[in-house]
This record gives sequence, C-alpha cells and structure tokens, in this order.
Amino acid sequence: MLSVRQKKDPARVAKAPRKTAPAKKPASPKRAPAKPKPVVHSTGGLKAPIYKATKEEMLDFYEQMLLIRRFEEKAGQLYGLGLIGGFCHLYIGQEAVVTGLQTAINPGKDSVITGYRDHGHMLACGIDPNIVMAELTGRASGISKGKGGSMHMFSVDHGFYGGHGIVGAQVSLGTGLAFAHKYKEDGGVCLAYFGDGASNQGQVYESFNMAELWQLPVIFVIENNQYAMGTSVNRSSAEDQLYRRGESFRIPGVQVDGMDVLAVRGAVEEVLKDVRGGCGPVLMELKTYRYRGHSMSDPAKYRSRDEVQDVREKSDPIERLKAALLKKGVKEEDLKALDKKVRKTVMEAADFAEESPEPDLSELYTNVLVEQY
Amino acid sequence: MAIELKMPALSPTMEEGTLAKWFVKEGDAVTSGDILAEIETDKATMEFEAIDEGVITKILIAAGTDEVAVGTVIAEMAAEDEETDSAADEKPAESKGSKEPAESNEPEKADEPVPADEAKPEIMEEAPAAPISRADDPSVPDGTSMVSLSVREALRDAMAEEMRKDDTVFVMGEEVAEYQGAYKVTQGLLEEFGPKRVIDTPITEHGFAGIGAGAAMGGLKPIVEFMTFNFAMQAIDQIINSAAKTNYMSGGQMRCPVVFRGPNGAASRVGAQHSQNYGPWYASVPGLIVIAPYDAADAKGLLKAAIQTPDPVVFLENELLYGRSFDVPELDDYTLPIGKARIIREGSDVTIVSYSIGVGLALEAAGSLAGEGIEAEVIDLRTLRPLDTETVLNSLAKTNRMVVAEEGWPTCSISSEIIALCMERGFDDLDAPVTRVTNEDVPLPYAANLEKAALIDSARIIEAVKKVCYR
Repeated sequence: MLSVRQKKDPARVAKAPRKTAPAKKPASPKRAPAKPKPVVHSTGGLKAPIYKATKEEMLDFYEQMLLIRRFEEKAGQLYGLGLIGGFCHLYIGQEAVVTGLQTAINPGKDSVITGYRDHGHMLACGIDPNIVMAELTGRASGISKGKGGSMHMFSVDHGFYGGHGIVGAQVSLGTGLAFAHKYKEDGGVCLAYFGDGASNQGQVYESFNMAELWQLPVIFVIENNQYAMGTSVNRSSAEDQLYRRGESFRIPGVQVDGMDVLAVRGAVEEVLKDVRGGCGPVLMELKTYRYRGHSMSDPAKYRSRDEVQDVREKSDPIERLKAALLKKGVKEEDLKALDKKVRKTVMEAADFAEESPEPDLSELYTNVLVEQY
Repeated sequence: MAIELKMPALSPTMEEGTLAKWFVKEGDAVTSGDILAEIETDKATMEFEAIDEGVITKILIAAGTDEVAVGTVIAEMAAEDEETDSAADEKPAESKGSKEPAESNEPEKADEPVPADEAKPEIMEEAPAAPISRADDPSVPDGTSMVSLSVREALRDAMAEEMRKDDTVFVMGEEVAEYQGAYKVTQGLLEEFGPKRVIDTPITEHGFAGIGAGAAMGGLKPIVEFMTFNFAMQAIDQIINSAAKTNYMSGGQMRCPVVFRGPNGAASRVGAQHSQNYGPWYASVPGLIVIAPYDAADAKGLLKAAIQTPDPVVFLENELLYGRSFDVPELDDYTLPIGKARIIREGSDVTIVSYSIGVGLALEAAGSLAGEGIEAEVIDLRTLRPLDTETVLNSLAKTNRMVVAEEGWPTCSISSEIIALCMERGFDDLDAPVTRVTNEDVPLPYAANLEKAALIDSARIIEAVKKVCYR
C-alpha cells in the first residue's frame, strides 16, 4: 500500500488500510471544518505499487536513462580533458529517479526545480543535449549562453526552473513556484528535488510549513543518494528515514526504491493524484545511490570500492530495466541498437559543445538587468 | 503623594498621540491592570492600563485631544490610603475633586496647554526644510495639484494602485494582513484585495523570501515585506543568490520581478541588532536595483516603478520617515524613473550628497549654512544602484566641493563609493577633498546619549561643509 494522503473519494479511502493500519492523524482543527481530509501516516517500509508499463513505455524509460548515463559519462571525460571547468556533479546511478518522475508529469503545465546535480533533470525534461553539453563547456550556444555553467541552467519553455547552486535554496523557490501555480489556478504542480544533504537545511522546514499551511501543489522529492558530499545520512541526520521529515508539518511521506524506475513511476502516479487534487504537499524519499564522487574532485575516502561495486551489480537501474525488457521478449540486439543511437546523440552533443565558439566578450555585460536605467 | 499619569510611548519612535478615550472619570477607584484610556497614533491604537492602585483625582487632558506629546501628564491619581492628604498637598483647591462629578472639570482641563516634548532624539528632528518643489520633475505637469501624504500612506497607495492594475501583484510578509502591517504600511490592503493577495507569513524570512523569489520566477510579481531589513539577513541568500543572479545565469531567460521592501537603518533606541543600514550591502550586488527614497512623492513614484520593473528590487524605507508628510502630485499613475538622483536644493558653493533620512539632515544643514552665506546644493540619490553618477559629477563640476552625508557606517559605504567616483572621474573638478559624514563606526548603542553620539546629525554636516569650504 502506498502511504500518501488519502483522497476524499470514498472508494480510495476504503481501500487504503489493507496491510498495515496506519494511525490517522487528527486533521488540523483550524482547517478541519472547511476540508475534512483523512491523513494517512506512513509507517515505513511501505512498498509503492509498481507501475504497469507497456513495452513501449519501458523502452522509452530505458532510452532516457541510457541517455543520462552516457551523457554523464561523456561529461566526465570532457572534464578530464579540461573542456569542462569548475564543479561538475554527475548523476550516474540515480537515473531511475528523474526518469520515473518526469515521465509522469505534464511538461507544459508543471514545473521542476533542482539543485546543482541537474544534468539528468534537464535531459529528462526533454531539453536538447547539445545545448546542455555546450553550457558545460562554457560556449555561446549553451543554454545559459555559457554564463551559468553546470550548476546554473534553466529552461522556462520546458518548465525547468534550475539548476541552483546553494544547497536547499531550490526548496523555497520550488514552494514559490507551487504558490504561483495555486495563485494562477493553472492546475500545475511543482516537483522540487533536493538531496539528503539539503534535507537538513533550515529553509527546507520553513518551506514545508508554508506549503502545508497554504496547501500548495508541491511534491518535495528527496533524492537520498546516501551521501551529502562525504557525510553519510547516518552521520548527518538524527532522523535518517527522510520520508518522515514532514511529519511535524502534517506532510505525509512516501519512501520509494529509487533504483527501480517502475516503482518510482508507480509511486508518483499516486502522489500526483493527491497533490493535483488539492490536498497539499507530499514528500517523497527516493532511495538511490550515486556511483561517482560528489563532484569530479572527490577523494572517495568515505566509502569503499566494494560498496559501490555491490550496488552497481545488484541494483543498477538500467540493468534492472534491461532484464525486465528481455523478459518481456525484447531482443538483445534491439537494446544494443538503442544504445548505439544514444551514444551517437551524446557524441554529437560533445562535438557540438567542443566546436561551438566561446561567448562574445560583449556578453559579459548583458543580462545583468532586464531594463536599461 | 499624587501619582502623575503620563502620556505613554507605545513604540520606540512615538513622539505624540491622540488621547482618544477615557474609560475612567475623576473620583473612580482603579486597581492595577484597569484600562484607563485609549491612545491612538498613526500606527496603532493601544489601551493604557493602570499600574498602581488608587483614585483618579484629576483628568488633565480631555478625551479627543490630538498631538499629546509623550511624557505629558494626562491625569493624576492618589494612592488609595492617602488620597485626601496627597491631593491636598498638590492642589488644595481641588482636594475634593475626587468626590465631585468628573464632568464639571473636564472642559477646563482640556484647555490646558500640552507641554512640549523635550525628549525628542536629535535624529528625529525634521529639517525646517525649505518647501520642496517638484517643479523640476518632468513627470509632473504644470498646475498639478498636490496632496499632503505621509510616507507611510504614499507607500500604501503605490502598492494599492499597482495591485488594482495588475492581478499578479501581491504582498506577503509578517503581519501585513490582519494586523494591518507592523508599521501600518499595508493598512487597508487586506480589506480591498483579500487574503489571496495580502498574505500573512510565519516568522520565517529565509523561507518566505525564497517563496517570493520562486513565485516571481513562476510569473507573479510579489512584494515581500520584511518587518525590518535587519531580519532580511536571514534571507539574504535568496535575495542575492536567487533573485539577483538568475537573469544573468540563465542568459536572460529567467526573470525574477520581486520587490523586497521594509524599513532600513536606525529607528530610535532599539539597539544594535535592529539599527543597521543595508544600503551599501545590497548596492554592491550586480543584478539588483536598490532604492532608498526620502520623501513621500519619491516613495510613491519609485515603489510603483519598483513593482513595474522586471528586475528584482530592494526597496529601503525608513521607520522615522513613515510618519512625516510631504506633498505628493495628484496624478493617476505617478511613476518615477529608477536610477535618477534629484537635486532637491540648488546651490553654488558646495554639494551635499545623501539619501533616505540623511536628506532631511542635509536640507537642515543647508538651511543653516545659507544663513552663513554658504549656498549648498543637496542631491538626493534616491536610487543607490544603479547610481546616477552624472548628476553627482555635474554638481561637483559646478560647486567643486562635496560632502557625503549617510546614516550608516563609514566603511565600504555609499559615501566610500561617491568618494571613489569623484577621485576617478571628477578629480580635476575638486577644490577640496570629498568628505563624508556618517554614523560612528560602532554597533549602535542603546543609551540615549551614546546613541545620539553615534548617529549622524546636521551639526556634523555643517562642520564638514565648512571644512571643505575652508571656512
């Protein structure tokens, strides 16, 4: 059973308490008369319903995850060659999270915001890999004209609001985007992604409070990749079951296997029903893992090689979906062909990013302000 | 002994108020905690409670009296056990007053003169400024009639006008709605625009500044009120890292049209943590507009401009100016240009550059200096970023001498910036070193005498002007 806030329709309420009998919290006395809504309290270890994907959908997820993986591998190479500078945070290992979530939302209507580990989110939003890679290499054709870099990329057209370099800032900003959805009554939902590290920042809780108080359509997505730089969740978080972090604000939480794209998609489908239905925010904790260092200059002293290898072998999201596809009768060579196609796309993006000119020096002074004063 | 009941100060900056209502009459026995009277200021209405037990012997200020200075004796009472004696000591003729019907005495007492308030801090003394003309303002057509508005009302009107025009404009902050504004700047907005657009936030500056910035990124035009800018330090990351830099970092794709506004600078006797001028802090950040108006017309015209512009704005008000009234043009849409200073007083001998509350002190100084044969030109910068360097340099070229007056610290200040500007681009026009007059370089102390010593005043500006004029 999925532990999200129950919807008001009786069918679903009746269905809810099947395996566990979660305690019902009393509704807020202040709002109770206006909106009587039973709230299901998640008790941990709950399994999200697995999304029943068609073969075509599964192939699409596979291709998207593969694109992110190959793109990031290439970015790592370009960094090693000195073509990408500064900080570069790779998403390898976490592909199922963003793929499962982004395929469930409405790109024209909903908004997405994340932190600095943002390349995967942009690709999952359907943004052209060429201009993402060109931003990484600091070129004029980059999505931010070369002025943002790896951590600061945006595409309002795709509902992608960054790309933010300050840990936790995107949670307040995302709550503001949700505020705008509600204010404009446009039916949109904001997905605000942040990591296990950011989940200890003060402004995250300030935002939780206001999001629930004002019943904003926001999904707080904690990508728990186990390490905030080199500090493991256990060493930084008094409550390490991060899906419970919204409890004192009456925000229900869901814990999901973030290495399984179908589990992620299945969970978010349920969550979206509630958030779109006007029940206020829901918190999702996606348990995932990053294979690479925090950034390119990670000493990797805080975990063993064996630990990483173990996850790669046992839980890799791409391998897992590949096995499911093969089981469904998809041929190995078809998957190889997909891989080839993705590699070509990434190769072209890298060439584009390398060959594009650097921004004109006059760009130094543009876009500081919108207006002339 | 008679106990004197004095007009209370309801806030650190209150100088006078209206004695709206008496809840007791002469002869009434009161105990500690009883409500004696209702006092009104332009900011708030408060109940005045008894602290001692006794009998009200005299009511000296009648209900409905305006402009009663803080500290004025408004009534007398006798402690219960020595009522007769004490009254006899003080005013023998009225020793039985407590037993007579109160009504008979009231009209007489109302006519008594109200003592002048002698405890007014220096900085709160308004300049006996020459009437400020807005004739130089190109946006004010000849013959426009003027209305006298307080800075507080002008700010409220600016917000209300923009909210009527544009549905995406809303106000959020602590106590902006039901309380009607901690300093009453948002008074009446909830009533007109409702709770969807006038939003009380919890006390979480960091969070709601981020929500405001995010809502702006999402296509709205938020006005985020900080109760004072001292509390915005909790939120400064969102102001600088999120609001100011997004347009640049996105290559011009993503806008953040938010206004962060609230009182800035020293108020009165509120100590170091509540008394700081953030003008120089924000003015150092590319990507922000920083506005710090002095008078009501500028407050209105520039706040409207701030709300309209697609760029993020830090709008620095001043609590001590909220209650002061100035002429404001009666125009339908009085919007002023951002980034333009104003020559508020013309002069030929020296230029005094200032902004916000410093402008009042500069005008006061200029008035005194005129009596000594020194004609000072006074420039109100109005916008601190982008700075109107041309107006400053043109005035320097005319007067060849300059003093910068700033209610704030000297180090890395707007004054420092103006001095650097004059060195770099006006050196040949200088007949004397540019001098700055600022607050002392210390956290603002609480004690009245120390606070007075730490804050800029007109006497120091006069002294500096004489120095650069070699007088």
